[in-house]
Amino acid sequence: MIRISNVSYAIAGTTILEDIDLAIPSGGVTALIGPNGAGKSTLLSLIARLLPLSSGTITLDGLPVDRTPTRALALRLAVMAQEGSVASRLRVEELVGFGRFPHHRGRPRAQDQAAVAEALALFDLEALADRFVDTLSGGQRQRARVAMAYCQGTDYLLLDEPLNSLDIIYARALMRTLRRIADDRGRTIVVVLHDLNHAAAHADRIVALREGRLVADGPTGEVMTTATLQRVFGDTIPVAEVDGHRIALHFV
Amino acid sequence: MRRLLPAPAILGTALLLAALAAASLVIGVGDLFARDGTSGVSGLMLLLASRLPRTLAAILTGAALAIAGTVMQTLAKNRFVDPMTAGTGSSAALGILLVTLLAPGAPIALKALAGSAVAFLGTLLFLRFARDLPPTEPFLVPLFGIVYGGVVGAIAAAIAWEADLVQFLDVWMNGEFSGVIRGRYELLFVTALLGAVAFWAADRLTILSLGRATAVGLGLDHAAMLRLGLVIVALIAGVTVVTVGIIPFVGLVVPALIGRRVGDDVRRALPLTALLGAGLVLGSDILGRLLRYPYEVPVGTVLGVVGAAAFLAIVLRRARLG
Repeated sequence: MIRISNVSYAIAGTTILEDIDLAIPSGGVTALIGPNGAGKSTLLSLIARLLPLSSGTITLDGLPVDRTPTRALALRLAVMAQEGSVASRLRVEELVGFGRFPHHRGRPRAQDQAAVAEALALFDLEALADRFVDTLSGGQRQRARVAMAYCQGTDYLLLDEPLNSLDIIYARALMRTLRRIADDRGRTIVVVLHDLNHAAAHADRIVALREGRLVADGPTGEVMTTATLQRVFGDTIPVAEVDGHRIALHFV
Repeated sequence: MRRLLPAPAILGTALLLAALAAASLVIGVGDLFARDGTSGVSGLMLLLASRLPRTLAAILTGAALAIAGTVMQTLAKNRFVDPMTAGTGSSAALGILLVTLLAPGAPIALKALAGSAVAFLGTLLFLRFARDLPPTEPFLVPLFGIVYGGVVGAIAAAIAWEADLVQFLDVWMNGEFSGVIRGRYELLFVTALLGAVAFWAADRLTILSLGRATAVGLGLDHAAMLRLGLVIVALIAGVTVVTVGIIPFVGLVVPALIGRRVGDDVRRALPLTALLGAGLVLGSDILGRLLRYPYEVPVGTVLGVVGAAAFLAIVLRRARLG
């Protein structure tokens, strides 16, 4: 369980997040949605102790993220930030392998190698294992980064816009994989998503932010309504139901 | 599936280095095999007092500078930065100059330490400035580094001028091995220790190059690792500048060559980096001894030309590849 209480965050006087109270239950896929500048990435970064917490508290299974040793947190929580480029010339397998660092601290053992092999297979990266990351396409690189975070083998997996630069097939494949990781392995996945329909199709819960405030938080079916999306995005987004799936018709 | 070290490349480079070392021992003005040399110096004496120290000094310096380059590049997250041209070297020279001014009789180890301290601050400041440069323009960082190094060097020159120490400063600013004899280079063995520390921290350094978010996410104390990297670079600069002077471009050319083939996994790249750095500096020193035989061209000058050409080649090649 990730518990966020009274969290506010400001950069140079500009409020990014205001008074967020939120509980993300263990297990399942939680999607973080909202318009640009809503504070989604900031919230994710605060949970992952990538930004310093200035007010409020965030706990992960009861551990305050800002006061728990970072090494201990690295065994419970993995994060893929929206960092963009990997400047280093590493092979895909090496990059993914660094996800195991919290476990082996520099001396990989057999179980670490097994975990890397599993991650490469799960994210369809086996054919690219020997390629240097800087020779990959944006989408391939993105998959490698997600695989690296997964490989860390933590209960909590936080992903900031993992679908960036993935084509529709790989975007869907990645969401299905996340779904499978949550279902079969009992991981808790929190994912910032741009596309509402990926959230609608694959997430158990949706948390919606707008201008730094929590606007909606609930099971996917409850959030995916025209009325709620109106509050989140400030505009009318029709929601249709096709084959039992709620689809936001945000392009019409 | 942990990748092994690139053994064939390491073996090949080690053999090349051994051949260069053998050549370095026999090449020089003095005749190693003269029964009683005209100068009255026996071959063995020449070997132990001059040739062997000079060869070892070149090997240690070359390995250390290449390692410092690798470490610096992970700190700056930029693969075109060379500490010796980006202000670390001239900061070390400034530090050594200052301690020479304040305590002229200070032992060489103390001078190295003072050089390292100023190199630490100078490099910290450089990284501070470099952080604000746009990451989309990777060449701005090394170019800024060359300007920054020039400014620090100019400050040192102004102080040296006032204090009438210009000749001393020249010795530190222009690397060469002709002055290396037994008893005046042993401090360089410290760099072997620093290389071992870098190898121990290799995985952490690689992670550092992946950016702060990744490093923190993997449970690293990012600030502490940055400090450790800076200390390694600064100590290598202090020790090498005080004993042989600034040798440019090794820290740029060697990691660039290895990065293409082996990649940037520091643990895999470091042994080869050290060997190739040693070979490059020793080879350049031998070249410097032969170019105008029996006179010498300083190794810093040789590498200034060779290294600058290599740097340009790397820049142009990258520009062509887009």
